Amino acid sequence: MKDNIVIVGGGIAGMEAARQLLLLGYKPILVEKSDHLGGHVADWHCLFPDMTPAQQVVKDLTEQIKDANIFLETEVSFINKMKMGYNVMFSNGVNVICKAILLATGFDLFDASKKEEYGYGIYDQVMTNKDLEHWFNTGDDKRITGKDIKKIGFVHCVGSRDVKAGNQQCSKVCCITAIKQAMEMKERFPDAEVYCFYMDLRLFGKKYEDFYIKAQMESGVHFIRGRVSEVSENLQGQVIVKTEDTLSGKPAKITLDLLVLMAGIVCNREAVQTASMVQVPIDSDGFLKSRDNILNIIETDSKGVFLAGTATGAKTIPETAAEARAVALAIHNYLVSQQ
Amino acid sequence: MMEFGFSISPSSTMNLDKVDFSLYERLCEIEPDAKKCMACGSCSATCTAGQWTGMSVRKVLLDIQRGKEAEAARLLKGCMLCGKCTMVCPRGINTRHLILSLCRIYGEDEK
Amino acid sequence: MIYQGKQKIWSDYQKEIPDNHWFYVRSCIRQSFFPASERYFMKICRDLLGKDIYETEHHTTCGGIAYHSDTIPQETAMTIVARQFALMKEAGYKNLVTSCITSFGNYTEILETWREFPELEARIRENLWKACRREFDKPEYLAHASDLVYKFRHEIASKAKYNLVDHMTGEPLRVVEHIGCHYSKMFPHKGVGGAEYPCVLSGMVDSWGGQVIDYPERRHCCGFGFRQYLVKANRGYSIANTHKKFESMEPYHPDMIITNCPGCPYFLDRWQYVISEMEGKTYGRNGYGIPVFTYEEVAGLVLGFDPWDLGLQLHQVAVEPLLEKMGIPYNPKTKYLGLNGKEIMKPGLPTVLKCC
Repeated sequence: MKDNIVIVGGGIAGMEAARQLLLLGYKPILVEKSDHLGGHVADWHCLFPDMTPAQQVVKDLTEQIKDANIFLETEVSFINKMKMGYNVMFSNGVNVICKAILLATGFDLFDASKKEEYGYGIYDQVMTNKDLEHWFNTGDDKRITGKDIKKIGFVHCVGSRDVKAGNQQCSKVCCITAIKQAMEMKERFPDAEVYCFYMDLRLFGKKYEDFYIKAQMESGVHFIRGRVSEVSENLQGQVIVKTEDTLSGKPAKITLDLLVLMAGIVCNREAVQTASMVQVPIDSDGFLKSRDNILNIIETDSKGVFLAGTATGAKTIPETAAEARAVALAIHNYLVSQQ
Repeated sequence: MMEFGFSISPSSTMNLDKVDFSLYERLCEIEPDAKKCMACGSCSATCTAGQWTGMSVRKVLLDIQRGKEAEAARLLKGCMLCGKCTMVCPRGINTRHLILSLCRIYGEDEK
Repeated sequence: MIYQGKQKIWSDYQKEIPDNHWFYVRSCIRQSFFPASERYFMKICRDLLGKDIYETEHHTTCGGIAYHSDTIPQETAMTIVARQFALMKEAGYKNLVTSCITSFGNYTEILETWREFPELEARIRENLWKACRREFDKPEYLAHASDLVYKFRHEIASKAKYNLVDHMTGEPLRVVEHIGCHYSKMFPHKGVGGAEYPCVLSGMVDSWGGQVIDYPERRHCCGFGFRQYLVKANRGYSIANTHKKFESMEPYHPDMIITNCPGCPYFLDRWQYVISEMEGKTYGRNGYGIPVFTYEEVAGLVLGFDPWDLGLQLHQVAVEPLLEKMGIPYNPKTKYLGLNGKEIMKPGLPTVLKCC
């Protein structure tokens, strides 16, 4: 079909773009490598700033794109450039000729075990932001369930702003996520002392600063300015955290019952492969390269290939959704110009 | 015991497990805004007494949050209660009132 | 503690260690501190395992101790190291194994520096030629002697007469492993197991029956710190670091400490005496200290060599309680007899730290 559009990735960006393209009268083909839509958001519990249930967001979007052609557990096998578009072969054997491809390939959560000094996967009481959301959703995690949790720490910037870890970018959403999760833990463990270890608090978004003040005023979260340098385990299985309290200018250590690592956002490694099939290179920040980073962040130098969401860098859900809407319009304009 | 001509150097590490939050909690009861400080340093920058005496509302609050009551008291002695810090605080903390409340707590403890 | 997590990291930091044919360079200070360690490394490798380990009396210090004490510039250390490489080339070897951790760090740092700045390597070649008319090849493989013992740990275990277990109860001994800072902190990929959870010593302890203790300050420096010890005004920092480690490991009741650096066993051993005199505190059982060993000494004990032939009488902390726990026989009467059977001097006894 002459107006075929292939969307790679069924996260928020891919779903919202599909929704808009359906409203514009197209019937996009959406491929998702996992067995469900919603991307990382599907694994989350509640979303800042209004504590919207993540499942609700995914459910609403899913319902609105049921008219699209959706292939789950499907990947792009190869893409051939043709005179007027692209020939895309999927891993399920389906072959599509299309004029436009949207790479909404999203991000990988930084593998926290790479920060060896934090002991994720080694010390019993260390978990990630994602593990904690999983516990919020299921109540099932042996690091928390049935444990006497009296002191909890949140480590900001795990695999973000970290040249040695291979990602010097800020992941943007971790500061607010840490504060959100710190307050959620304080609700569940009212007697616990909760600490956030941060370098800067980057609270740029709508109502984020309100969250911060609320965390200070109502939840009594302790904010310690300093990056955690190393973690160890004591005889009781608690974790000992070392940091500098940079406001006091002195090294500090503290014993905690639970340590939550705010794993950052890095480019989806598999997306790099797909992008290379359509000659979309990697930018110096490690994410997919846009035509430019001011007005054409959703466009590429490859004709008919578009980008949306965290494929080009860390973004919040509203930012991702806004880009997805913009890209739907950009694709529409492109297809009209090709007629 | 032998004399070696040197001794085990004391550690400057703050053990946050042993911080006594009681003064901070008492302060927060009567001055909940004490929790709002984001350590921007506006108060210290503008403090009339700070450059001569070391007084800094930011440091006083930090010391109290780290259980260093005596150090906080020492800094507070430099305050002239002029109120400039209250004028600049971006979080709207009534720092002058906060200082007076702290002095009241210290005064009660001395009785 | 999740043991599998460490195994995963270890699998990422595997180091290629050739099986045979090594050019061995000794440490400046180990023969004074732990006089039998290097000899027993050679003995174990050559006589027991049948390996070809070559050494020459012409080799000198690597310059590392002076470099780390701020008394020579790195380029001087480089030229000294270039000369060792020349000796290796002349002897027909391609694999270099060092006895000392700081040497290992020094050699590694120099090779890495040359890799990044080839012009510097060219200048050092010129320096060496001008100084002594020698030419060198860089080693194909560089290892620390503990890497080799790690590699041969199972073979040693198969020939073991004693294990790192309490022979009365069969319980594994609780062993603290301490890695020299210059082994892998500078270049994690050059050490077996990396820098955060090195397994070069823990691997030996595991194969010889002991149980490794992972205590909070395991990464911390032993306290030597070169300038921190060498300048008396700084010596309080040196002992404070050692004190910090012992305070951290104390609740785990370690039976022994195994090390792979010249400085670490010396300071972990001797500072226990100084801490006991300053603070009245000891860390072992019943007023004794925690005995500290080089990995060669531990290998020697496991293989059944006589404790006094291994030089254990030169330790500050008495080793006898551990020997008894392991069921290793020893003769108290021969403790201070030299090789010729004549009495060497006996040390004075500390006020607090119990010794035999």
